[in-house]
Amino acid sequence: MAVRLTVPIDEKSVRALHIGDSVLLSGVVFTGRDAAHKYMKETFVAGPCPASERDVYEALKKGLAGGVIYHCGPVVRKRPDGKYEFVAAGPTTSIREEPYEAAVIEHFGVRAIVGKGGMGPRTLEACRTRGAVYLHAIGGAATLIAESVREVVAVHKLDFGVPEAFWEIRVVDLPCVVTMDSHGQSLHAQIEAESKRKLAELLAR
Amino acid sequence: MHDITPHVVELIKSASTDLSPDVEHALEAACRAEAEGSAARGALETILRNVRLSRDGGRPICQDTGTPIFHVWYAVGWSQRELLKQIRAAVRIATERAYLRPNAVAALSGKNSGDNTGIDFPTVHFEEWGHDYVQIGLMLKGGGSENCGCQYSIPSAEFEASRDLSGVRKAVLDAACRAQGFGCAPGILGVGVGGDRVTSMLKAKEQLFRPLGDANPNAALDALEKQLHREINELGIGPMGFGGRTTVLGVKIGELHRLPASFFVSIAYMCWADRRKVMTIKDGSVAVLAPR
Repeated sequence: MAVRLTVPIDEKSVRALHIGDSVLLSGVVFTGRDAAHKYMKETFVAGPCPASERDVYEALKKGLAGGVIYHCGPVVRKRPDGKYEFVAAGPTTSIREEPYEAAVIEHFGVRAIVGKGGMGPRTLEACRTRGAVYLHAIGGAATLIAESVREVVAVHKLDFGVPEAFWEIRVVDLPCVVTMDSHGQSLHAQIEAESKRKLAELLAR
Repeated sequence: MHDITPHVVELIKSASTDLSPDVEHALEAACRAEAEGSAARGALETILRNVRLSRDGGRPICQDTGTPIFHVWYAVGWSQRELLKQIRAAVRIATERAYLRPNAVAALSGKNSGDNTGIDFPTVHFEEWGHDYVQIGLMLKGGGSENCGCQYSIPSAEFEASRDLSGVRKAVLDAACRAQGFGCAPGILGVGVGGDRVTSMLKAKEQLFRPLGDANPNAALDALEKQLHREINELGIGPMGFGGRTTVLGVKIGELHRLPASFFVSIAYMCWADRRKVMTIKDGSVAVLAPR
């Protein structure tokens, strides 16, 4: 049975999750990938925040406390009424954000990272100390995930380009699997260790 | 020469939104093989639902619509320059219609061109052939899977790979293990053996146009393809790297002549969203097909 997780997420709900758990995520989440992470770390974490970026900062601070960052560069359509609509929105590879994510989790109080492929030891440690979790979405399942996006609430830093902007979206029942929990466990590390053992066996044949 | 731009737009739409039956059937078989209630089974069920939704709605299977890689075989009398112009125009139209995500980014500045055209973007390979019609193959190669591609120069002291079939086997096994689930497993591996650093990888990518169920005309390579398919699945990496029985849907190997001094084994990783289609234009009639 999948666990339902709703934003804002409290620490207790995150601590109850373990690797291998299926999750259905609902609420307002922010997309953010390469340009967004570099920007967050350089502009906000390192600070001081310049006046020109203050509005973005306020929106992120409010939305990311107990919130979710989704590693995703969507295909977005602008409707005739001027509103945006998500067309395709699967996860992108998360490991590229490893140099930034721990600092972002700590600075903003993020409770869940959604992406694919998992992340490294620094993010795992931030999940453990701060009470956060990594949720693996289904890579490539872009139409299905776009259908779970019910509303585009806002977009920030659209000058980064459509894939790289922060899209503030309301999702309902986004399907994920916990692959890094707040107890120091990583399914990715386990699978990697087991497959390397098997590889050594095959190479010795 | 007539304008094929609208046909190429349809080719792009078909590749982006309608997964070929060979890949879909392989995913269905993989789904049945995983344990009920497992994360791997759940992942494949979600993938298959997504494939059907995308086809029904005419929407991209994956938001990373990748590098559009075209292979054009044209008859005498067709202009390569005109074809290139029309393909680039078609890519712009397909981007406007959201069959493609704007994906062409200036290498250093990071600026997105907004319409999927740029320096040598999209990729287009041309070849004149002896037939009286035009055939265009299109592959949409996503970034996550492309980043899992790699090239070995063997012999390798690291895992004792020698310049023979056994060395090729070891290199491909090593590459599959390094890729884990990162390229959106279960993927398909295209392998190029021989050539130089460029032609070897090109051969690897060309293998991805082959239908999953075909046989390699070279019996030794055919046997190695089947062996590697089985052995890579023994690694247990599984769909999305969640652990499971299917890590790859297939392995396809091509060979080309090399220099005495070089022995390259190149591996191109294609994600489960293996989007490739072939179009023929003959006497004004157009057909878009899955690879045969």
